[in-house]
This record gives sequence, C-alpha cells and structure tokens, in this order.
Amino acid sequence: MRGSRKPAIAAVAVAAAVTIAACSSSTSTSTSSTSASSTSSSSSTAKVTLTWWNNGNTQPLLGVWQSVAAAFHASHPNVTISVDPIQSDLFTTKMPIALKSDTPPDIFQQWGGGQEATQFTSGKLTNLSSLASSWITEVGPAAAGWQVNGQQYGIPYDQHVVGFWYRKDLFAKAGITSPPTTIAQLESDDVKLKAHGITPIALGGGSRWPDAFYWEYFAVRECSESVLQSSIKAINMTAPCFSQATKDLTAFMATSPFQGGFNATQAQTGAGSSAGLLANGKAAMELQGDWETSVVPALTSNKNIISELGWFPFPQIPGGAGAATAVLSGGDGFSCTTGAAEPACAEFLQYIDSTPVQEELVQKAGVGLPANSAAESVLTDPALQAAAKAHDTAAYDAEYFDIAFPTNQGQALDNALADFFAGQGSNSTIINSVSSSSGH
Amino acid sequence: MARTQSAVRARPPRSRRVVRKRVELIVLLVPPIVLFLGFVIVPMIFAVWYSLYNWSGFGPLNDFIGTANYTGVLTGPVFHQALLHNVIIAVLSLVIQLPISIGLALLLNRRMRGRTFLRLAVFAPFVLSEATAAVMWYELLQPGGPLDALLKAAGLGGLVHYWLASTSLVLYSVFVVATWKYIGFGIVLLLAGLQGIPPELREAAAIDGATPWQLTRAITLPLLAPTIRIWIFLSVIGSLQLFDLVWIMTLGGPANASNTMLTYQYTNGVQRTQFGYGATVSVVLFVISVVFALAYQRYALRRDTAGALTRAVM
Repeated sequence: MRGSRKPAIAAVAVAAAVTIAACSSSTSTSTSSTSASSTSSSSSTAKVTLTWWNNGNTQPLLGVWQSVAAAFHASHPNVTISVDPIQSDLFTTKMPIALKSDTPPDIFQQWGGGQEATQFTSGKLTNLSSLASSWITEVGPAAAGWQVNGQQYGIPYDQHVVGFWYRKDLFAKAGITSPPTTIAQLESDDVKLKAHGITPIALGGGSRWPDAFYWEYFAVRECSESVLQSSIKAINMTAPCFSQATKDLTAFMATSPFQGGFNATQAQTGAGSSAGLLANGKAAMELQGDWETSVVPALTSNKNIISELGWFPFPQIPGGAGAATAVLSGGDGFSCTTGAAEPACAEFLQYIDSTPVQEELVQKAGVGLPANSAAESVLTDPALQAAAKAHDTAAYDAEYFDIAFPTNQGQALDNALADFFAGQGSNSTIINSVSSSSGH
Repeated sequence: MARTQSAVRARPPRSRRVVRKRVELIVLLVPPIVLFLGFVIVPMIFAVWYSLYNWSGFGPLNDFIGTANYTGVLTGPVFHQALLHNVIIAVLSLVIQLPISIGLALLLNRRMRGRTFLRLAVFAPFVLSEATAAVMWYELLQPGGPLDALLKAAGLGGLVHYWLASTSLVLYSVFVVATWKYIGFGIVLLLAGLQGIPPELREAAAIDGATPWQLTRAITLPLLAPTIRIWIFLSVIGSLQLFDLVWIMTLGGPANASNTMLTYQYTNGVQRTQFGYGATVSVVLFVISVVFALAYQRYALRRDTAGALTRAVM
C-alpha cells in the first residue's frame, strides 16, 4: 500500500501483530490527547470533538500532528481534535469497517485516487468542494488527485515524487561525475559501480510495491500523457506502450542491477532493507519516494546520512512517447466523513494546508513536498530541493498506478509485477492483472 | 396432619435444589454460549453470506454472484499452490517435528543434570510471539546475514543460499522457523503425557528383563499414543492456519512460493478489498479444517475421547 511507504518505518512486525486486533474494529487505539471521541453537536454552543485517524504513528510526525491539533483547538475553542495515530497498513482493514459503522472517524488518512473512489461508494465521504472552494487553490493542481467525479472528497497535505536516491561517495568512488540522464547511461554507471564491487541498486522486492515503480516509470516514459490517462481511467493497459514498458524492464533487469536476493528484501524494515542498504553504503542507489529522507536516518548510525545522499529523476528513454520530465507521484491527505462536524473538519483541513503548518511539516516532519508550495521555501536539503524542483517543473504527474487504479486492480498489478521480478509471469500477466475484476 | 406437614416440609429443599441447579446452569452456560454464538457462529454465517457477493467492503451488499467466488477460489492455480504449501507443512511437521519432539521429550524426561534449564531452553521459543520470532529470523536469514556468516565461518560457505529469496527454498526456510518455534510446545505436551505413565509398568518390565529399547517401544510409546494423537491434531490444524510467521517474513512471496491459504486470503481478500472473495477463502479453509477435525475425531481420537465427544459423531 502506498500509505506504508512513508511512515511504515514502524516495523512490519508491529503491523502484522496489530492487524489481527484491528480486525475487531475497536474504536480507538492509543491517543495521547483529549478525550474519547465521537461527534457531538450538543446544545447551542455547538462544541464538537473530531476524531482524527492519521498515520503519524511514529515520531516526528506523531508529535507534529499532536501540536497541530492542540494549536487548532486553541484558536477554535469549540472544536476539540482527538488524535488517533494508526499504522498505515491498518487503514486497509479498518476503513471498510469504520465506513460501514455509524461512528466513522470524522477525519481520516486519504491517499486519493482509485482507493478514494472505492471508499466513496460507502456514501460517507464529505464533498468538500464548496466547503474548501475559497482556499483549495493554495494546493494547486495536485488537488485533482483527491477528486471523485470532479468533486473534492479529500484534500492533500503533501506531495510525493519518486526518483533515484544515490550515495555521492559511492558514485565518486566509481568515477561517476554526474548522475545518469538516460537508461543507457544508468546501465553503464551500473557497470562502473560493479567494477568497484559496489551493488548498483537496492530494491525492496519483498515489499512488492517498490518493484512496481520500475515498470510504472518505464510506462510513464513510453506512453503519451493522453494514453496514460485514458488507460488508467478505463482500467485497461492493452495499449502497446505498456507492453513496451515490460520489454524495457526485461532488458534493464537483464543487466542485473539489483542486490542478490532482492525478492525477499523489505523496503524499509531494518538495516537489511533496501533503504537500509542505501543508508549503510551497501548499495549506491534506490528508486524511492521523497520520503526516503525520513526513513534512512533510523536505519543507520551515520548521523550525516541525509547530506551524503543525492537525488536524480528517473532517466529518459530516447523515443518514448511520454514527456522526459514526467514524474511518478502521489501524496498524503485527509477526507472528512458526513455529519454535523463537516464544517469544522473542512476548517481543520484548511488549517493543515495553511503556510505556517505546512512549514512546520517541512521543518519538523521531514515533508519534502508540502501541498502548499509557499512552504517549499523553508526546504534546506539540496537533494529534497532537487526532488521538489523536478516535481514542480514536471510536464505532468502520473499518480502511482496502485493508488490511481481502484484498490483491487492496483494491488493486483503490484502482485503481478512482484511475480514478474521473481521470474514468474509474463507481459500478459502484468497487462491482464487489472483487466479481470477478480482475476486472482 | 403430621404427614402433610412433613410432605410440605420435604418439598422446599428439593425444589430449591432444582432452582439452584437451573441458576447454576444458566450462570455457567449462558456466557460461553453467548460468546460462542456471537464470536464464532454468527461471524461464520456472515462469512458464508458475504462469500456469495462481489463486495469491496464499502457500500451495500447488492452484487449477488452466487457461487462465482467459490469457482474462482477452487479453480485458481495460486490457491491450489497455497493449499499444497499448507499440506507440505503439515506433512513435514508429522515426519520431522514429531520424531524430534518425541526424542527430545524422552531425553528430557530422564533424570539428569541441568534438566530444568534444558526444558526451559527448548520451550523458550514457544513463549515468543510469532511476530517477534518472524522478525528475528527474517534478520538472521538475510543474504550475508548471521546464518550465512556462521556457515562460512564453519567452512560450509557452499551451503549459503538465498533462504527467503529463492522460490524453491523459501517454504522450507519458513518450515524450519516454524519447527524452531513450535517444537517446545510438542515437547511440553509429550512430557506431560510421559508423567502420566505409571513408573511401576516400566519397573515391572525391567525386572522381567526388558531392554531400554523394549521399554520404550512396548510400554512408553503405546501409552504416549493418546498424547501423540492430540499433538498430530493440533499440528495439522496449526499448519492449515499458518499465517503470522509467513506474512512477516515473506508476505507469501516471492511469487507466491511461500503462500499459505491465509496469506492468499489476506493478499487477495483484504489487501485488494475483495471481501466477498476473502470470505470465500475463509469458508473453504473452515470446511477443510472441520472435515479434517471431524474425520480425525471419528477415526483417530475415538478411543481417547470415548464418551466425551464422540457420541454425536459416531
């Protein structure tokens, strides 16, 4: 799941252990602030308590969200926010149950795209279009990723962009002076790195979704914007450019750029994970989201790790129909649920997207691409600046496919791609994974 | 007059006893029955109901598709593969875990120095949560990780493999971890069984000149059989329901090579929000488990549980 990408530093172990408990749809996990929840528009003072399910279950986001909730309450004394941090993966199981119940959370983590469209069918998501009309422009075109049928059912608070993180020291050691801009250059750099005994690229194939980034980026480079958009919308990948992406991927994999046993390597858990390999100098590159900077510090004892990393966009493919600067992207946001608390919820989302809170997210929570680009000015890390620039100057964004598609098809694609990386399946299993609605 | 009085007097105690017995029954039986209905029977009925629909978990349950989900599950090659993996784990448990458990239990049943410590050491892994054990072994089995380093140091570098990344090895790696985790449970169960064997029998046979091997084969093992049969039952059911270890170590991968029925269910039911399909897998797993349980009760456990459970099944 997309959500797992960023804060899934919390060990998979915890996730899996809690999954069982989560199935019981218990109302609230630990919350450190305020009372037990549920909306109550009691009496004339219209005091409300909003329950807020977010995935900030680890520091620093955990603390930032708590202070944001407290600050909002200070300026809106009638509105109390009950913060309920939940590990990302658990939203998959908790949201269907919550949205069927009479007491869903008032605000909850929303990754947009097809997943949001799937949740929309519950009828419990608030249409925020008119409530947010006065300020949604601050978010810019990114807000479109949180629309269903042209209406705003969620609002992002940050953006993500996928690209190559690399170790400047290992590139220098292999005599690579500037990052590659074409796949051919990337492949020749891989050869140089290998010649120095360095694993070129770390891949978290055990987690499945990192595999998907490669194929999706090849598709973004091979398909024109209109084909890409219409294919995602129609949930149909039979356009020839997708098969070309599989060919590109096959050729790239034939150069063995990844560490041995990458099929079992997890993305973010422990020093042996793909992020850990990069963090500890066991590999020179990793194709990952901008959230990498919030993941790697926990996986190494090297205090300067962030400054040792550089960033470059996914290389170009000569002759591809896609724009050379197009990026694979996504983001995090929130949705409100229907009920008496809707206006207060919309106000809270506005507050989260206001420049001061956005700057706080950048400075304290490691957010690289704030939804409100006014806050980008406080970015200091050069690598993140490069990622932000690539995102802001991209010809267009392509949302990661597993989120852009409805959940069922998106996950099916991730699984088919992971199988392909493990040597099972073919181009047709990838292409057809999204076509059969329940093709298991 | 006197008779009537005594008759009247005789009654209350009896009816009070009847009332008390009823109250006792209600107090003792109602809570478990309510729990059983609420948490076992009702969810099961719901699962069967959901399994007849194409349902994402959101919105109304209105896309009735009959048995299409069952056709999908039962004809799916990936499900067949997952089921086969469960069976392989179950068979390996019987062939490998059982002899080891019996051997170690017999050993640990003898009086020797450090017996308490050894028993504790063997049982320790069972006390760990599956999640902890899985994360620990995931780290140990990393390429170039502690296990590989150990093998190389012992001059066995040729044995180093991609324990979790190889599609042909991963299931067996998982089995070894499961064995490590559950062997202690089997041993404790068998030790308890051994305690129940009267020492006089062995002593009498020994006086009659039986060798230690004959003692074990003709007296200990037959008397341990009920415990072994219970262990087999628990082990097979556990193998069919294997999930946590596999999910944390491999997510059923790479390429479904370590999928079990439950990881298959989680991947295709929960993660893909195909809850109707997921419910179908659960129902299929439930039927397989129940059929095994009833058949095993009927044929293998009949003697052990005669009079307690078997009346209905027999």
